[in-house]
Amino acid sequence: MIHMDSKIETTPAAESAPVVLEANDLRKHYSVKRGMFKGHATVRALDGVSFQLQAGRTLAVVGESGCGKSTLARSVTMIEPPTSGHLLYDGRDVVGRSAAELKELRRTVQMVFQNPYGSLNPRKTVGAILAEPLVVNTDLPKAERRQRALAMMAKVGLRADQIDRYPHMFSGGQRQRIAIARALMLNPRVVVADEPVSALDVSIQAQVLNLMMDLQEELKLAYLFISHDLSVVRHIADDVMVMYLGRPVEHGSKDVLFSRPRHPYTRILLAATPRVNPELRAERVVPKGELPSPLNPPPGCPFHRRCPHARENCAVDVPALREVDQRLVACHYAEEMV
Amino acid sequence: MPLLDIQNLSVEFTTRAGTFRAVDGIDLAVDEGEVVGIVGESGSGKSVTSLAVMGLIPSPGRVVADRLSFAGRDLRALSASQRRKITGKDVAMVFQEPMTSLNPCFTVGFQIMETLKVHEGLSGKALKRRTIELLEQVGIPAPESRLSAFPHQLSGGMNQRVMIAIAIACNPRLLIADEPTTALDVTIQKQIIDLLVQLQKDRGMALILITHDMGVVAETAHRVIVMYAGQKVEERRARDLFERPQHPYTGALLDALPERALGKRRLPTIPGVVPGIGDRPRGCLFNPRCRFARQDCLDLRPPLFPDPEGQARCYYPLGGDMWGAPE
Repeated sequence: MIHMDSKIETTPAAESAPVVLEANDLRKHYSVKRGMFKGHATVRALDGVSFQLQAGRTLAVVGESGCGKSTLARSVTMIEPPTSGHLLYDGRDVVGRSAAELKELRRTVQMVFQNPYGSLNPRKTVGAILAEPLVVNTDLPKAERRQRALAMMAKVGLRADQIDRYPHMFSGGQRQRIAIARALMLNPRVVVADEPVSALDVSIQAQVLNLMMDLQEELKLAYLFISHDLSVVRHIADDVMVMYLGRPVEHGSKDVLFSRPRHPYTRILLAATPRVNPELRAERVVPKGELPSPLNPPPGCPFHRRCPHARENCAVDVPALREVDQRLVACHYAEEMV
Repeated sequence: MPLLDIQNLSVEFTTRAGTFRAVDGIDLAVDEGEVVGIVGESGSGKSVTSLAVMGLIPSPGRVVADRLSFAGRDLRALSASQRRKITGKDVAMVFQEPMTSLNPCFTVGFQIMETLKVHEGLSGKALKRRTIELLEQVGIPAPESRLSAFPHQLSGGMNQRVMIAIAIACNPRLLIADEPTTALDVTIQKQIIDLLVQLQKDRGMALILITHDMGVVAETAHRVIVMYAGQKVEERRARDLFERPQHPYTGALLDALPERALGKRRLPTIPGVVPGIGDRPRGCLFNPRCRFARQDCLDLRPPLFPDPEGQARCYYPLGGDMWGAPE
């Protein structure tokens, strides 16, 4: 069991904000057929993830494809129930709820997807896209739904006369504004954003990030921000959780993680991020190999085969997530990583 | 003489709405062993420029240029079959999405061998040996067993390595990489960029790197060209460009990077979007989004002005006083 220690939440202003979302040892395992005669294998897509998310704060989840980021998003948004563990919204546990209660709970969390070209229905106007959550979840009359859609469009910086346009008539950045507006129609407390700016150009990316931060301040939203772009994460996040093969390997406040990373994987991710400023470039640590297959994870520390600091016992003992220097880290030699 | 020499290249597409210039009078010269970065937002014409060099512009598109020569040969004068002998051999390209640019119906071994058969006339054992050698060079583990793998059986990073293996199969003198790492994770991106740079150094190859990732360009390119709405707006050595951008567009792009906004809550943005087919403004194409636009910029379309370190398409470059430009 991994317990989240409140000591690592270091920003003092945050202590007063209520915890809206709490995950306790969340696990999601999938059973996969390997072939006719081989029986089943288990993929531990999510293997013991715990965190707390306060209103008005952003937790960034960072890692390569296959590390469990998207499974985490699917669990948190209640698209799929976790295999084990607990998920609490405002202290209310999601596990074991009836379908009707779940429907009510799902309104507290909404999602913004990566690709605004794929996540908006091309046959619906902006007005219809924004009104749809209200049609499904409320019994508001049509005129009222349109009013709310217009109000939300103004909030995300779209003009009222654009309400009857179709998604293809908008640019990528505007589409992502529509996707954000849609996510906010039901006044959620938590927004899960899965790579919301990685499909956008630099200048548009900046506009969308600014919008997300403005909305967070105004509506006290909590963001679960999934990204592989560490420069974006550094800008928007309060806390960062680095994941590897379904497990958190380092978790703490942004400043601590970016200034003094302790896990070799975090260090490699930071070094691999291309920098414009030559003075900010870390020495070139070239990461070895690729993410191992989650069907057949290596024994011991899941990262040891790619780790430049791996020693003998790393291939045997699984490192536990423990507190070192103001953050949680899962590495046997975290103390030596300075 | 530069290896690739392009002067006044334009690519036009005629549609019902009228003629659209996707690329508008680009000059581009690349020397042997040089890494040139082309940056710009989507719709700026970066990819169309490279497709024009490769001779891959589809039929309604029209390519015009005052000069389009590769290694001293005029590409415009070549017949289609002569051109095919150069394309894929001396000039090769790596495309953005490895998953969609490899043929899913053929093994990766077959797809690499295809290039070698056509251009080098290899066959039998020599062909197989060369293919395995190529897979080794691009860092694919257990290359013999990967020959019979289909693209869907490999990861995105591995597929991109296969694409690179195909591109370098015939020892090209110029490699064009169009967003080679955009679909990949940062660690894999680093591996692929390092591989490209390594190959470029080992073989003295020229490399054109097209990307919208400023960090990648800053770390790899010798010289950078910034494109906007089909035009070259700035060109200079990479170091100079990132330290002293002269065009307001380049400056604004760099300011919008989260890396440069450390400690600031809001990122500086560029209002609006790249003008499309119907809404290109009069005067400077960037003027509706430019903070420094004056009356001249609204009326006149600026040419490229040379300065001590490069050139910028602007009447009022950012370091204007420094260069003694007209105020």
